[in-house]
Amino acid sequence: MTSHRLASGGLIDRATPIGFSFDGRPLTGHAGDTLASALVANGIRLVGRSFKYHRPRGIVSAGPEEPNALVEKGRGPRREPNTRATTIELHPGLDAASQNRWPSLAFDIQAIAQFAAPILGAGFYYKTFMWPAALWERLYEPAIRRAAGLGRLSGAADPDAYEKAHAFCDLLVIGAGPAGLAAALTAGRAGARVILVDQDFRLGGRLLCERVEVDAMPGPVWAGEVEAELKSLSNVRILTRTSAFGLYDGEVGAVERLTDHLPVTPAGEARQRLWTLVPKRILLAAGAIERPIVFGGNDRPGVMLASAMRTYVERYAALPGRQVALFTTTDDGWQTAASFARAGSPLAAIIDARREVPEAVRALAGDVPVFLGARVLDAIGGQSLRAIDIVGDHGRRRLAVDGLAVSGGFNPDLALTTHLGHKPVWSDERAAFIPGDLPANVAVAGAAAGRFTLAAALADGARLGAEAAREAGHTPAETPAFRAGDEPCAVAPLFHVEGGRGKAFVDLQNDVTDSDVALAAREGFVSVEHLKRYTTLGMATDQGRTSSVNGLAILAALTGRTIPETGTTRARPPHVPVAIGALAGLHRGRDFKPTRLTPAHGWAKEQGAIFVESGPWLRAQWFPKAGETDWLQSVTREVEAVRAGVGICDVSTLGKIALSGPDVGTFLDRVYANTFSTLPVGKVRYGLMLREDGFVMDDGTTARLGPDEWVMSTTTANAGKVMQHLAFCHQVLWPELDVQMVSVTEQWAQFAVAGPRSRDLLEALFGPEADVSDAALPYLGCTTLALGPTRARLFRISFSGERAYEIAVPAGYGDALARALMAAGRDLGVTPYGTEALAVMRIEKGHVAGAELNGQTVARDLGLGRMLSKKKDYVGRLMAERAALNEASRPTLVGLKPTVAGVRLRSGAHVLPLGVPPTAEHDQGYVTSTAYSPTLGSWIALALVANGPARHGEEVRIHDPVRSGDVVATIVSPVFVDPEGARLHG
Amino acid sequence: MRIPCPYCGPRDSSEFAYHGDAAPRRPAVGNAAAMADYVYLRANPAGPMEELWYHAQGCRSWLVVTRDTRDHAISNARLAATRSPA
Ligand SMILES: [Zn+2]
Repeated sequence: MTSHRLASGGLIDRATPIGFSFDGRPLTGHAGDTLASALVANGIRLVGRSFKYHRPRGIVSAGPEEPNALVEKGRGPRREPNTRATTIELHPGLDAASQNRWPSLAFDIQAIAQFAAPILGAGFYYKTFMWPAALWERLYEPAIRRAAGLGRLSGAADPDAYEKAHAFCDLLVIGAGPAGLAAALTAGRAGARVILVDQDFRLGGRLLCERVEVDAMPGPVWAGEVEAELKSLSNVRILTRTSAFGLYDGEVGAVERLTDHLPVTPAGEARQRLWTLVPKRILLAAGAIERPIVFGGNDRPGVMLASAMRTYVERYAALPGRQVALFTTTDDGWQTAASFARAGSPLAAIIDARREVPEAVRALAGDVPVFLGARVLDAIGGQSLRAIDIVGDHGRRRLAVDGLAVSGGFNPDLALTTHLGHKPVWSDERAAFIPGDLPANVAVAGAAAGRFTLAAALADGARLGAEAAREAGHTPAETPAFRAGDEPCAVAPLFHVEGGRGKAFVDLQNDVTDSDVALAAREGFVSVEHLKRYTTLGMATDQGRTSSVNGLAILAALTGRTIPETGTTRARPPHVPVAIGALAGLHRGRDFKPTRLTPAHGWAKEQGAIFVESGPWLRAQWFPKAGETDWLQSVTREVEAVRAGVGICDVSTLGKIALSGPDVGTFLDRVYANTFSTLPVGKVRYGLMLREDGFVMDDGTTARLGPDEWVMSTTTANAGKVMQHLAFCHQVLWPELDVQMVSVTEQWAQFAVAGPRSRDLLEALFGPEADVSDAALPYLGCTTLALGPTRARLFRISFSGERAYEIAVPAGYGDALARALMAAGRDLGVTPYGTEALAVMRIEKGHVAGAELNGQTVARDLGLGRMLSKKKDYVGRLMAERAALNEASRPTLVGLKPTVAGVRLRSGAHVLPLGVPPTAEHDQGYVTSTAYSPTLGSWIALALVANGPARHGEEVRIHDPVRSGDVVATIVSPVFVDPEGARLHG
Repeated sequence: MRIPCPYCGPRDSSEFAYHGDAAPRRPAVGNAAAMADYVYLRANPAGPMEELWYHAQGCRSWLVVTRDTRDHAISNARLAATRSPA
């Protein structure tokens, strides 16, 4: 195969050849190439198979609008499917493969699908696979997915890292073509903070792709000078290889491809960076995308947008064909003829649908056969274009060509302006949608605004850049006047040529033809939104950049409406595909959310603790000892040790909120259901907190450390929620109360010391001068004592039902406290215990926890109805008094004991009367918590059962269909151990 | 979306927790019907609406934010604590 690389010109680095492979075939390109331009230069036409019909397809465009040339890039876990060859920067070792073909690209067995085309029309899937629905999952969908494929995912974890960043600016310029460069330069010179983003690896936009001059310099040279000046300005940040993919409320999302152009991502570097850009103003200068014309066989490899052909010639010095014809309805198309003429390969023919073309435009082509008022009916060929059939005043004739450049006008790239719901308006004069109603702070410049000439783009950019700078408080020097041409840009709209024999594609990526649009119209899908969903037109990853307007125009013609009457579909972010990895950033796997460790975590690890996740925390679940073979053995030992001697447990994860001020008592009376204002200094009280709808929100203890100094504890799970609730109650409901509050969960390490020997341990810990006697520190007392270099808070409270204390020290002493407790308790046989033993003991005592405080229980359900004060108003009081929440038939807390010893009970099982079928109508409640109680030598459970307290002694069925459990148990009091509370007081 | 916190300046909405309509005021000495309305009844206007937001990952202030439910345009944000009593 002879090279299609021109001998000179272009912006490639001819001194730097780059080896790469396509479908395993070694090829060579140059630095500055894209994969697409390197394929063009190597004379490769066929690059993929189409989505539905498996038709051979070639490169259509030279940018992110590409619908055909989707490839798999990379190997192994780095394989990335559906990547556009037109935006892949060529790099050494680049390994790309075509998609959606089997066994090979040239011979694809499923291409037979195109001969079945009559049954694969619009709505085919909806109509054919409607019934029976059960077959969808097993039969239809897998089969459709196999046949209608895009690329394959690697199936392996993404080995690359991604990161996120925020940036703020006065002016965000999206697109670094002539308008964007002029704006960034003008605003940047004035001192405004500017961010300029462009998806390309080189600034300049169309200046790189066309033979134009600015200020008497060739386009690329001028762009280079502007880039150099921008880089010298510290207030300007340039982000190349960056796609702005979404306009959100006040923010723009962008993804920067940091290393995709390198053979491998260097160790420690992120592959892509997700930007949240926060601009005061946004200037969209994203240019315009050329529109193809729909005619028979318009998908044959070799049919390409005219501007793309020009780009391959001018920027990449690669000739897309040697016998190329132009089918145009625009002045701009003729510029492509000029490029080919300059490259020494004049066009074979020009077919212009217009009858009249200005002399200045005609002069661009040189001596080329021109057919005015003519159209291309059909493109003919298989894996490569061979000929075209044209029709016009000259009648029909066939021209042998190997390439066809198509120019149907330009669609301004306005997608970002529609992300917030704003709609563009149709301009008959420009045959394009142009900006209509725009989001606040967004302006559009240049071709994106439908002002297609170079001079207009530069003037727009300079004017809007200066405006943004002024608005940000800067005074621009006089607005620069860039000198450039006002090239002809007339267009006569032509969207569709009827009468061709071949399939005429509207949407190349989703294989939607003109007859699909006609079918949709016949079947009544005449709204554009319905058309889109019924035919999938514009729903591919190219977001319909080259297809939407044509589909709309064809539908308009079929239904006898104008384009504005027919409407436009709305684009939604992301404007370009964004890797899920980039959206996740560093929040992957274990780092999805923060892991919180208690201050004594290291100590627990040394003790061999098994940890469990408790919200964001890691807590010690149990501490296995040598020789123990399962968790139950360890937990049972821990429970027995506490009940017989003394144990310690890290409870630092409980929420802690410090409250101070003269009105704390009043405040607590309003947020707790029971009374706190009467609590004396040096005392602790158990409190129950309700939501305003009367259901229980949380429970915990609050201690009064001084007249105006209080500390509240919350459950681990609800720490944040309670803090937010208290702030709400204070700031929103009762700002007049003199109360200050702050979360101190992380400021204190806290240990429970529990068991009949717990006081002995504290005596050893605090030494003889401290008084921890029952007289000084009775049950529910609290005090502060010196401990080593710090002071410890000591609360006599119990969750286990044993004599117990909680001791709190500043977090930095948490590790030392754990070790000091172990040392002080050595002679007492102190045993560290984890959350499992904690749970066993609280179930034995009938204390409620998260499983019972499940958001569906009121105080009465939990046997805590007597805590509801009748003497005061508090959050939730009135709603909790509702009659339905006080009926005895509500599931209410009870204990359960299996009638056969050793039988296990499981949480979630349902409670039913004996002798009835296990149906929902007989359901009487459910098991909330279960444990093996070493104290009772049996499995026990807490449950919520209808009329529970009146049914102690009754046998019920514990039905667990999910885990095939069916057990008979006796309803008992939820307090299994020490119902009198004698152990609490020692 | 960015919310202009009176203490912290304009901040990303992900730092805030949403509570909802700021209009219902807790009945001072409630009868059950007024309390039920306060707890359950909410207007759902298309247009500017006063809402309560909590700057959970900032200054922990509760704010009354005026947001247009049609386009998320925020025209005002002030501290709930400085609101006049109901
Ligand atoms: Zn704030």
